[in-house]
Amino acid sequence: MNAKSGKGFGILVTFCIMFLFWLLLSGIFDTFHIIAGIICSAIVAFISHDLLVRGKGEKMLSKSFRFFIYIWWELWQIVLANFDVAYRVLHPKMPIDPRIIEFDTSLRSDFALVTLANSITLTPGTITILVEPERGKFWVHAIAKKPADALLVDKTMQSKVADVYMEW
Amino acid sequence: MIEIFLAIALLIAFTILLSLYRAVLGPGVFNRVAAVSVIGTKTIVLLVIIGYYFERPLFFDISLLYAILNFIGTLAFAKYLERGEVWS
Amino acid sequence: MVIIDVIVTLFLAAGIFFMFTGVIGLLRLPDFYTRLHATGKCDTLGEVLIIVGLLLDHIYYYVYLLPEAPLSVKLVPVKLIFLIVFIFLANPTATHAIMKAAYKTGVKPWKKGDARM
Repeated sequence: MNAKSGKGFGILVTFCIMFLFWLLLSGIFDTFHIIAGIICSAIVAFISHDLLVRGKGEKMLSKSFRFFIYIWWELWQIVLANFDVAYRVLHPKMPIDPRIIEFDTSLRSDFALVTLANSITLTPGTITILVEPERGKFWVHAIAKKPADALLVDKTMQSKVADVYMEW
Repeated sequence: MIEIFLAIALLIAFTILLSLYRAVLGPGVFNRVAAVSVIGTKTIVLLVIIGYYFERPLFFDISLLYAILNFIGTLAFAKYLERGEVWS
Repeated sequence: MVIIDVIVTLFLAAGIFFMFTGVIGLLRLPDFYTRLHATGKCDTLGEVLIIVGLLLDHIYYYVYLLPEAPLSVKLVPVKLIFLIVFIFLANPTATHAIMKAAYKTGVKPWKKGDARM
């Protein structure tokens, strides 16, 4: 991580985000509250600025734009996932066949691993158990054969996340 | 229209009662932690509905705070059960 | 009966249906890992649907029909959107954390044909 320029940039971005949250959540715009907001946001930004912004990152704008488009596809997958779980739970014979699978991916950065782990947890029939950041290895618990194959054989979700963060 | 919210709140309270069965009975500690996390999630929704029914906009802030507390509580439990201590 | 009342009732009914499915899964499924499947997915979506229903009702009745309301009433939809985003990020992470703790401590998964545990 760069020493001087990364730190100032991180403090400024954290201060702006915290102050925006303060203004939106309180709704009162007189002098006392705004000055209290500035002081509190400055204290929080000094103490914990390296949790929110890590280093400088390149091409953040195009990544954010592609991420915004990716969210809409994922919301549709979430709705499908819940109909699938409802079918399996309410069926009188309960057709489940759980198993644990593991696979490798080509993603290495923090944001990409977190996005893929959350997407796997929110989509039909799979939950992430363990993530190993050095080799990009995932252990996943699947509830039947069909969702497990969608991750192991088709690899649709991994290729979509790799397209967002450009880490083929 | 406002009576529908009261009916929904009563149904959510009934589901909290149903998940108490798993909290009391579940073999081992992990089932109990999962059931308590579920009860915390339903409490958030119940607070928002009550705040809307009784016309007190303060309850939305309280539910936001309780969402954060529930999340951190479940994470602390998971860390303790995995390692034996929370801070190393 | 305005059209917005029908839409809000549909959202609320869908939300409460998914919550009931989640709790029935918690009672009925045979193993710890499969129970987390039911609650981690269905609870999150049921909650978000109920809060979206309340959000639409609030926007129609308090912001659109009453333009002279104070600013703290007009900013309530922003708080509810923060709550929705936080629930979408926090519930799967908490589910994953407790599942990782169970896997590393040695809770055995259930294969087809075992006894109920």
